[in-house]
Amino acid sequence: MSLARLIERLLQLVPVLLGVSVIVFVMITLTPGDPVEIMIGDQVVTPELEAAMRHDLGLDRPVHERFFVFLGNAVQGDFGESFYHRRPVIDVIAERLPATIELSLVALLIALATAIPLGVLAAIKRNSVLDRLATVGSLLGVSLPGFWFGILLLMLFAVHLQLLPVSGRIGFSSEIEPITHFLLIDTLLRGRPDAFLDALSHIVLPAITLGLPMTAILMRVTRTSMLEVMRQDYVTFAEAKGLARHRVLFRHALKNALIPTVSVAAIETGSLLGGNMIVETVFGWPGLGRLVVESIFVRNYPLVQAAVLFYAVTYVMLNFVADILYTVLNPRVKL
Amino acid sequence: MNMQNDDTLLQVQGLRTVFETRAGTVCAVDGVDVAVRRGECLGVVGESGSGKSVTFGSVMGLVRRPGRIDAGRILFEGRDLRALTPRQMRAIRGRDIAMTMQDALTALNPALTVGEQLAEVLEAHDEELPRGRAARRRAIRDRAVEMLGLVGIPSPGTRLRQYPHEFSGGMRQRIMIAIALASKPKLLIADEPTTALDVTIQAQVLELISDIRAELGMSVVLITHDLGVVAEHCDRVMVMYAGQVVEQGPTAEVIGQPKHPYTKGLLGSIPRLALRGEKIHPIEGQVPELIDLPAQCRFYSRCRERGVECLQSIAMQDAGPGRQARCIRLNPETVS
Repeated sequence: MSLARLIERLLQLVPVLLGVSVIVFVMITLTPGDPVEIMIGDQVVTPELEAAMRHDLGLDRPVHERFFVFLGNAVQGDFGESFYHRRPVIDVIAERLPATIELSLVALLIALATAIPLGVLAAIKRNSVLDRLATVGSLLGVSLPGFWFGILLLMLFAVHLQLLPVSGRIGFSSEIEPITHFLLIDTLLRGRPDAFLDALSHIVLPAITLGLPMTAILMRVTRTSMLEVMRQDYVTFAEAKGLARHRVLFRHALKNALIPTVSVAAIETGSLLGGNMIVETVFGWPGLGRLVVESIFVRNYPLVQAAVLFYAVTYVMLNFVADILYTVLNPRVKL
Repeated sequence: MNMQNDDTLLQVQGLRTVFETRAGTVCAVDGVDVAVRRGECLGVVGESGSGKSVTFGSVMGLVRRPGRIDAGRILFEGRDLRALTPRQMRAIRGRDIAMTMQDALTALNPALTVGEQLAEVLEAHDEELPRGRAARRRAIRDRAVEMLGLVGIPSPGTRLRQYPHEFSGGMRQRIMIAIALASKPKLLIADEPTTALDVTIQAQVLELISDIRAELGMSVVLITHDLGVVAEHCDRVMVMYAGQVVEQGPTAEVIGQPKHPYTKGLLGSIPRLALRGEKIHPIEGQVPELIDLPAQCRFYSRCRERGVECLQSIAMQDAGPGRQARCIRLNPETVS
């Protein structure tokens, strides 16, 4: 990876982010509903107060002017104040981000840990009962809507069996002083295994719900590429060398078969981070996704804009990571 | 059939390998007998689909589903390979019987360095490696360097760390040969070792195989469709057609005086510089589908010498000392 290539990649971000900001700005301005009216609600206020509020939020200026003010500030790293929290949106987002990242990483881990072994097994035992089950399962995985599957899990494990908590990130009695803001890590750093288990029990269901479509996709990718790779001459040649079966499968076949899996996983991680609004809402997870949903409801323009920009940056960067991983695994490709 | 003597390294008897397909059972190898003596080079000739690769794939135990060995014995140094467990077979593959494939570009793993691919054969088979971890690694490296040097790769020490795509086609072929020969096998099955190469490189690679054969005293089975290669490098030759052996014997005699019409046809279809202006005579027609073949000579539809006596199952006929051919006209007594 050359430095020039890295800079080129970073420069590619500029038009993407510019485009995204225009679209978000236009979309949210076109959305019916007015932040000031929503704030006032049923209360009776004088027109002067309403005008003062509007001026205070900068909403009395024309749309194009607002856009350029937003853009000018954004370039300097200032995304404005949240209408609702009356604090810089960056701070509000930073508060919620660790919960979302933690949830996404656990979902990714669950997806990788189930999808790769299942995909490999399905390929080795092609057309077996296990292969068929895995194929049907992956079809279900991509087609089940997250909110429905999540509620189903909640009903079974939280309501009926009462094994796991219904919502939230951690119980009141387990709350601890944060260090990294990742609760699974912090609880261990603070020497509270009980709190760790509590946090774990909270994250299991949302992580499974979030990771399910990804598991399904990764399993199919792994199975397909494993089948493809096992037909290759180098696998036959490896067998002809008299190598042990596990060596042929893992060193020769899987190493090549994982190249597409890893790329897809890196790109899909973007959708994990950006696609968790529903899951966070269903499970009452205090993350960025739920914050964005709430902010859309109250027309909290600055926060929605900043959050969507964040999603865009993450997505582009993860694509970049996918490219890097691809070269690491595949020595034939030089970026 | 029971001419097994101490000189015979590999003896295949009545091998039948079939592939189950939707259209029916394809009999890719049908009753093939092969004998390979110690130290000799056997050429195996035939067009695509004649069963030459499948025959030796069966010997290696590398026939994949939907293919399977249906009948026959494969005796290697007197042991029936078909009776071995997968683990016992793995111990023979790569150590006693090694194989090279047609295209080294696809046979070498793109994601592993040449050194890694060479080292793993040694790790799997070499019992003489030292016990200690560091000593073992050094010994493996030394052997790998030695092997690359043996096949003529310059500065083998640094090239061990490179990936297959960083080598030229001829170099890759040499590397594949080095890997196959790393554990000093008794038998090398070289499946079309030159088909994917330039003519100039072809000669070098064949020369290399011949030299190493002489040096290690190993036997070589050279699968090819190039009779010129056979004439130059093989002691004996076996011609296959539609899953059967149709002629076999000492190379000079088979090429000088072919007995089977198919062998004659093959020889007639070689373009020769010396005979410029003369017409090439390709064999008309195509290899029959290997499903539900009628009981007749398999070459019948393409044969220039066919007669009614050919419309029955034909067995191998003696055709002189050490020679056999599957043509009923060689033995007029059996012609009714």
